[in-house]
Amino acid sequence: MRCDVREPTMNVVLVDSGGANIGSVRYALQRLGVDAPLTSDGDVIRRAERVILPGVGAAAAAMARLRELDLVDLLRTLDRPLLGICLGMQLLFEASAEGDVACLGRLPGRVEKLCAAPGIRIPHMGWNRLHTCRASRLLDGIAEGAMAYFVHSYAAPVDVATVASCAHGAVFSAIAQGDGVAGAQFHPERSGRVGQRLLANFLRLA
Amino acid sequence: MLSRRIIPCLDVRDGQVVKGVRFRDHVVMGAIEELAARYRDEGADELVFYDIAASPQGRTVDCGWVERVARILDIPFCVAGGIRSVADARAVLHAGADKISVNSPALRRPELITELANAFGRQCVVVGIDSLRDADGHWRVRRDTGDVAATTALPLRTLDWIVQAQRLGAGEIVLNCMGSDGVRGGFDIEQLRAARALCEVPLIASGGAGNAGHFIDVFMQADVDGALAASVFHDGSLRIPDLKRALRGQGIEVRDEL
Repeated sequence: MRCDVREPTMNVVLVDSGGANIGSVRYALQRLGVDAPLTSDGDVIRRAERVILPGVGAAAAAMARLRELDLVDLLRTLDRPLLGICLGMQLLFEASAEGDVACLGRLPGRVEKLCAAPGIRIPHMGWNRLHTCRASRLLDGIAEGAMAYFVHSYAAPVDVATVASCAHGAVFSAIAQGDGVAGAQFHPERSGRVGQRLLANFLRLA
Repeated sequence: MLSRRIIPCLDVRDGQVVKGVRFRDHVVMGAIEELAARYRDEGADELVFYDIAASPQGRTVDCGWVERVARILDIPFCVAGGIRSVADARAVLHAGADKISVNSPALRRPELITELANAFGRQCVVVGIDSLRDADGHWRVRRDTGDVAATTALPLRTLDWIVQAQRLGAGEIVLNCMGSDGVRGGFDIEQLRAARALCEVPLIASGGAGNAGHFIDVFMQADVDGALAASVFHDGSLRIPDLKRALRGQGIEVRDEL
């Protein structure tokens, strides 16, 4: 049995940002003993102890959906730990070059497109190494050089918020943290034990 | 550095994993969830499930087992089989698949690739290609290979289809080299090298794996991003931890053993 990190029952919600495979994040949390409902209801999100913003697709479409659901101001001001996954992490930054759209502004910087080069194919798809940039509880039990599963074409540059970086051609921010929010550019729900640990560490953040 | 992916492929028919030789004479290998869990625990980097009967039978994939697999897997997985529309794909992705792969339906209606990329992003959209060399020396695509009676040879050249599929929005190409499938004589390096030269998105080699040396060859000589195999893993003749050790020994970056 590999699902050995059990969390006490906690009020965790998944923001329904319209991505197609949110189910897999929900199942990963269930393997940690947490049943996180999928919601776009502002009141439910405000009452949660932990909020997770998954996301697959394009930044402009996701921001448009959050605006439509009237969740932009809520997510900009939420005072509970908020974890953005993949596109959800990118939305935490000030802006994204994907559709040239303003994002939630919880983390400093602008998300840029990864550059293709000989042997560097885009989308960045597969398992790649995490390199520690600074100490964080998010990295508890995650070794330097551990591998996580990435699928993306855009990323945030390494900056003050970067906890761990990854290199695919350029070096980019793989885990970021600041202002009560955290982000994972990889898919923790599909990153084996490393991903499970990241989720468990997020749930444990004070 | 991005690691090379080892991808066990599970051909699914009537709720069980099956395996044929050169796409024929299928025998039952085991239950879907049992094999999925085994490969997860052995260190597979990703799994692909092909519902091989769906396209020839004109039906879509059964989402029940997709959801059960999604609950137990903590590695990515791709589902293929009879996905003919955005609605079909959405059902499979909502059930928990990370990617969907289209093959025969995309040959019938190439704009399907664009519709899927627009709806879900190209990173979700894999185009599977079944390819065989014809007497004139050109590789050409085959359609409906899940059913021998329905299999059709098309005039479309494989390399042209690879270029077109990318232009339409494919985020990854899986090239099934039918001439080497199931016979364990090694991957079709020549064809995969030709495909690699034209493929700017991730390229996955499929067909012909018989031992660790074949994987070393395909990564070093054809520069593919991943290698897919079935029978060599199903029957236990090549274990994934041993394979990864062999690859690492040649300086090929692979995900660490768990």
